[in-house]
Amino acid sequence: MALEDICNFKDKPTHKTFPFYASEDTSVSVFTESFNFKWRGEMTSKKASDVPLEFHVPSLFKRPSSRASHSVSVRRPFPLSHGTTTLGFIFQGGVIAAADTRASAGGLVACPAVHKITPIHSHLVVTSSGSGADCMLWERILTREIRLYQLRHKRRLSIRGTAKLLSLMLHPFKGTDVCVALTLCGWDKLIYVCSDGARLQGDIFSVGSGSPYAYGVLDRSLSWSLHKEEAILLAREAVFRATHRDAYSGNNVDLFHVTAEGWRQRQREDLKEEYYRDMEKRGKKMDLKTKKAAKITQ
Amino acid sequence: MLSAQNFGESGKMKEYHYAGPTEHRFSPYAFNGGTVLAVAGEDFAIVASDTRLSEGYSIHSRDSPKCYKLTDTTVLGCSGFHGDCLTLTKIIDARLKMYKHSNNKTMTSGAIAAMLSTILYSRRFFPYYVYNIIGGLDEQGKGAVYSFDPVGSYQRDTYKAGGSASAMLQPLLDNQIGFKNMEGVEHVPLTKDKAVQLVKDVFVSAAERDVYTGDALRICIVTKEGIEEQNIPLRKD
Repeated sequence: MALEDICNFKDKPTHKTFPFYASEDTSVSVFTESFNFKWRGEMTSKKASDVPLEFHVPSLFKRPSSRASHSVSVRRPFPLSHGTTTLGFIFQGGVIAAADTRASAGGLVACPAVHKITPIHSHLVVTSSGSGADCMLWERILTREIRLYQLRHKRRLSIRGTAKLLSLMLHPFKGTDVCVALTLCGWDKLIYVCSDGARLQGDIFSVGSGSPYAYGVLDRSLSWSLHKEEAILLAREAVFRATHRDAYSGNNVDLFHVTAEGWRQRQREDLKEEYYRDMEKRGKKMDLKTKKAAKITQ
Repeated sequence: MLSAQNFGESGKMKEYHYAGPTEHRFSPYAFNGGTVLAVAGEDFAIVASDTRLSEGYSIHSRDSPKCYKLTDTTVLGCSGFHGDCLTLTKIIDARLKMYKHSNNKTMTSGAIAAMLSTILYSRRFFPYYVYNIIGGLDEQGKGAVYSFDPVGSYQRDTYKAGGSASAMLQPLLDNQIGFKNMEGVEHVPLTKDKAVQLVKDVFVSAAERDVYTGDALRICIVTKEGIEEQNIPLRKD
């Protein structure tokens, strides 16, 4: 994708022409009527220094104004994957990003080992939540655009710039089905971008169905002066508690630590073992409590 | 001919009771059933599917396999809506030819998977109702399985079941191939013969309990020697 652009290679892929243009066959029903969405900058600038705005966007449905009562979007007979717990926070040793690894589609666990944290480049990692396919593809598009910028301008785009670019790219799809909530984790900044149009910078973010539980754990123990190991344990604990309580989060926990030297990934850990260890610890505590209570009553 | 409006989320029939006046719209989708399975081994990959094509209470065909040979090292299994399966395979074949003509080499399994992901996502707002699983050999000659959701999210796996009986088969594969939820068991790597036998047994179980799976089983075994096909009869009821 990136090489094509840098060589100014104009390719017309078949998948863009397959759904018929509305102008060609007006008697065709609304479901085959679609047109290629033209992003504003499709008239590509000849200068190499401009930010490229032409990229393959999925064709959008044209909303027929004559049939306003019908909802135009086709009803999907299958559920898409959703549900997650991801979190990120800043501390003195950099930024920690953690996420679970479950992808659920309706009530089924579609995949128990998904990568929800993806590196974009050596100093930027993005955690994804929302619809699995949307996140995967938009991350791919974002990586491509960042790489193109780097090739064209001989410097990397800043994290704020990346967030703004992503927000701008998602804006045409506001109001549609696209559900993307990404947290861009740089080495000193955390920015949350979502398909509704929000773009927020902050010190601590948790996104997804399990986020309330993660926030609870994080708000209790998070402070700026944590050591690296403490911060890692805290992130792990937050994800573990969230996966325990939230049905749509679970399986393993992925952890990334981003510093000024780059990102480092901690080995993926299965939370099933952690649960049993936790139960054992509690079991010992419970025994102590009942023994004490028994002594008092005697 | 029953319309897809009568079907609930997973393609199973909804109950018949009067729930008030409903508006029936034409739905462009239909659910044609079928199950696909793929397993990756050390130097082989297996893609298997049943051959029943059904719609509602009827069976359209007992000999409609869902494995499609893409290249000498890659097989695609797709189940769901048969119309979309046919179109999708046509598009993939065309793209493979284009790649071959412009790059003078066949597409690798990983490249096909990435391409299929973008093809599926280009129809994000009117998706192909197809559950795809690609099985093949990667550049190093190791077995690879890539599983997709209908809008293009994909992942490399060791084994995956898709289609109508996927929710029944996936836990069985998790246990037998992934050794999940088993204590004190030696993790023996899967041999080709054992994998083929496992796939046969798994489909026999699926045919027992899933109405949309049955008739016959088509297995495609991908090795560096080529693609070997086997046909095994299943329950026809």
